[in-house]
Amino acid sequence: MLEVKNLHVKIGNKEILKGIDLKVNTGEIHAIMGPNGSGKSTFAQVLAGKEGYEITGGEVFYNGKNLLELSPEDRAREGLFLAFQYPVELPGVSNTNLLKTALNEIRKYRGEEELDAMEFLSLIKEKTKLVDLDQKLLSRSVNEGFSGGEKKRNEIFQMAVLEPKLSILDETDSGLDIDALKIVANGVNMLRNKDNAIIVVTHYQRLLNYIVPDFVHVLYNGRIVKSGGKELALELEEKGYDWIKEPEKQLVQN
Amino acid sequence: MSTEVGTIEELANKEYKYGFVTDVEADRLPAGLNENIIRQLSAIKKEPEWMIEWRLKAYRQWLLMKEPHWANVKYNPIDYQDITYYSAPKKKPQLNSLEEVDPEIRRTFEKLGISFEEQKMLSGVAVDAVFDSVSVATTFKDTLAEIGIIFCSISEAIQNHPELVKKYMGSVVPYTDNFFASLNSAVFSDGTFVYVPKNVRCPMELSTYFRINAAKTGQFERTLIIADEGAYVSYLEGCTAPMRDENQLHAAVVELIALDNAQVKYSTVQNWYAGDKNGKGGIYNFVTKRGACRGANSKISWTQVETGSAITWKYPGCILQGDNSVGEFYSVAVTNNFQQADTGTKMIHLGKNTRSTIISKGISAGKSNNSYRGLVKINRRAQNARNFSQCDSLLIGDKCGAHTFPYLEINNPSAQIEHEATTSKIGEDQIFYLKQRGISTEDAIGLIVNGYCKEVFKELPMEFAVEATKLLSISLEGSVG
Repeated sequence: MLEVKNLHVKIGNKEILKGIDLKVNTGEIHAIMGPNGSGKSTFAQVLAGKEGYEITGGEVFYNGKNLLELSPEDRAREGLFLAFQYPVELPGVSNTNLLKTALNEIRKYRGEEELDAMEFLSLIKEKTKLVDLDQKLLSRSVNEGFSGGEKKRNEIFQMAVLEPKLSILDETDSGLDIDALKIVANGVNMLRNKDNAIIVVTHYQRLLNYIVPDFVHVLYNGRIVKSGGKELALELEEKGYDWIKEPEKQLVQN
Repeated sequence: MSTEVGTIEELANKEYKYGFVTDVEADRLPAGLNENIIRQLSAIKKEPEWMIEWRLKAYRQWLLMKEPHWANVKYNPIDYQDITYYSAPKKKPQLNSLEEVDPEIRRTFEKLGISFEEQKMLSGVAVDAVFDSVSVATTFKDTLAEIGIIFCSISEAIQNHPELVKKYMGSVVPYTDNFFASLNSAVFSDGTFVYVPKNVRCPMELSTYFRINAAKTGQFERTLIIADEGAYVSYLEGCTAPMRDENQLHAAVVELIALDNAQVKYSTVQNWYAGDKNGKGGIYNFVTKRGACRGANSKISWTQVETGSAITWKYPGCILQGDNSVGEFYSVAVTNNFQQADTGTKMIHLGKNTRSTIISKGISAGKSNNSYRGLVKINRRAQNARNFSQCDSLLIGDKCGAHTFPYLEINNPSAQIEHEATTSKIGEDQIFYLKQRGISTEDAIGLIVNGYCKEVFKELPMEFAVEATKLLSISLEGSVG
């Protein structure tokens, strides 16, 4: 589904990603872990197509297409979804209106019929249950006055409605208490199936207790320095990131 | 110089001699303005003596006035002697199919969701007899006449209802009011007249069915709407479709009058040609609009969506004379590229317990400048007057400007005045967020901007609210990225 080959990314003069390789197949969950400033969020944003990053090398293929040539909206329409670390507030734009516009844009792109108001309403009603989202939040302005937990839950709710093929959850666990974390994780697990894939970007291991990954990659200083199964996350939790930094230092010295 | 003027006058008189009046369709007056021109204009319209006198008084007043320059707008001097003050409604070249229409205009029609039949009418394509606007108009005029509503052109009203015109025209905006109002009073070409008799509620949005006709109104438009005691009328002027016009200066006057317990709702959608991306061309829209709540418990609401014109200069206001009367002003003004808008309202509280609400949303993009200018005046005897004003500015990009000039004159200590103002910017982050959900940049801006204008759009008649939201997105096309 997704193949990242030797991806190099700069912001200004600073190289943030220094050759990332990653392969994600359908049905898989990948966790990308790493200390602050390792390039995790940059990686997520670059995949989603955010401006301001300079891609200096490498390629990204997504379902056979050159992802880096697609506009952000076309990436979304192709089924790529980013759950934002900091979801923005959109005063005056209701959650329902945003989702209806988004869903119909995606359906149009795929040559499907647009949903009418009734079909749409019953769809979102059903999806709110998935993440236990208060129905009142639907008619409110997107993220405006939402608590930190509500914002994150709202991201997963949007994911549920848009049914993406590849979801990237950027630090979705940050700012969540344990109950909210469970609800969010539960929602993600329900959305998981053999035809989609999920990349979980996180600093901490605790989310991975609830969303169990098939693969864990450790990103450090712009490179994936270690990959393994779910047990790698536990090992990191135990030993901390310093354990990873050591071989990296050696690499640099060599 | 004097000989030149003399020649013009001579020419003008000549034309008049050669049966100007009989062959109205093909004729136009020579450029320039003098008493003779006004007399001829009046003669073409077969106006009674009192009307000619009124026009001349206005003209003489105008000669003594100076063009105002206090607004926050810049433009090249206008040569008033280079303007043609009367030209008969020109027949647009008849086209055979929509294929012949300028593709850019067609694209806008499609985005606005205007029906094919209507598209044809707006662009002058021959239409089926069934959809002939004149016959539709006539049917509705008959329906309205049955309940005593007079709805006709101001020229017809001068002929057929002189008592009403004499009584009310100039009673809210006198011919001495300001430079552009005086000019309009002297040379107004045509416009709309509405009279709703006592206790009659006008059963339809006036002009919803007539917007094609309304779109052809001229350069110096004059509108007079009177709601007698207990009457209600909602009037909509303008058109969302882009209007191209060779006349650069538009100086309209609109007067509204609400007697006891009457209500007038006046909505405007203005989308005159704004000039090109480099600021060339475009309409100067210098308008005087004012409503008088003469009676107790009367109410006047102005709702405007201003997206067009190179320069907009207008302050639809309310004179709250009757006790307990209510004035409202809801405005969305969008400027893009090199457009300039200086707009707002005047709420003059004279009566007791008078209330006014001002909701103004200015949106600036490109290199444009958008100013809100508003006056709230509480007269000495206006006991317990209340005003709430909210003036919000939204900036798109970093080369545009937003300005707010609120004027408050409070002469009665019992008044309650609230003024809120905000300035915000559409963030790149907001746009990226929406794009990541599969929404194009253009639609993303549309969503954000329409969310921002919600409070105003809900005041518009339903079908226009839908078009207005689309219009906004179109006006802001290309304003980001």
